Amino acid sequence: MDVLYFAWVRERIGMPKETVETKAATVMELVEELRAREERYEAAFADLSALRVAVDQDLTEFDAPLKGAREVAFFPPMTGG
Amino acid sequence: MTVRVQQPAFDLGAEANSFAAGHSEMGAMVTFAGIVRDLAQGDLDRMVIEHYPGMTERALEKIAREAKERWSLGNVLVIHRYGEMAPGEQIMMVATLAPHRKDAFEAAEFLMDYLKSRAPFWKKEFTSGGADWVASKAEDEDALTRW
Repeated sequence: MDVLYFAWVRERIGMPKETVETKAATVMELVEELRAREERYEAAFADLSALRVAVDQDLTEFDAPLKGAREVAFFPPMTGG
Repeated sequence: MTVRVQQPAFDLGAEANSFAAGHSEMGAMVTFAGIVRDLAQGDLDRMVIEHYPGMTERALEKIAREAKERWSLGNVLVIHRYGEMAPGEQIMMVATLAPHRKDAFEAAEFLMDYLKSRAPFWKKEFTSGGADWVASKAEDEDALTRW
């Protein structure tokens, strides 16, 4: 599964994209797996209320299932316009 | 309905004219342009806008489609830039074409409200004091409740 990071999440983790082997059933389980990896992930995912998530390019919630998902993206609240 | 995500600057007047051309049954066009603003007078060196290629187009098309469903519109145009911009440069524009002005105005406001917090763009400001990601505002989220 491809995991993408944008804005300060990308800066904290230090890369825009990585491929992750995971059996996580939900976004939250994936977050827990990433957090357990290294300090920089823990720093990026410290406050989930400051983060948004998209699964296969649709905005969703952290309890969303990951079954069949190809791409998960984490980013701060958007500031378009 | 046209959605464009691009790096280069656009010509607001030329875009508006070609958007409205050939729709003489439409009596109202509203255009809005967002501009890079230097809040601390002269302190902003540049702004860099990051986006999520693929999702950005999908999100903008979804918002534009919804506007067309909710109001009586002849056409909708959304152009949003990414990359580096100087203060005063135009970041984005929306245009709506409708038989009457009420639909054109309301749809343009709806597009802007949704685009601010539902389209995956992130702004970073570079000033003499360093670089900072622009924080989202609670009122941007609140603005969606009126629709």
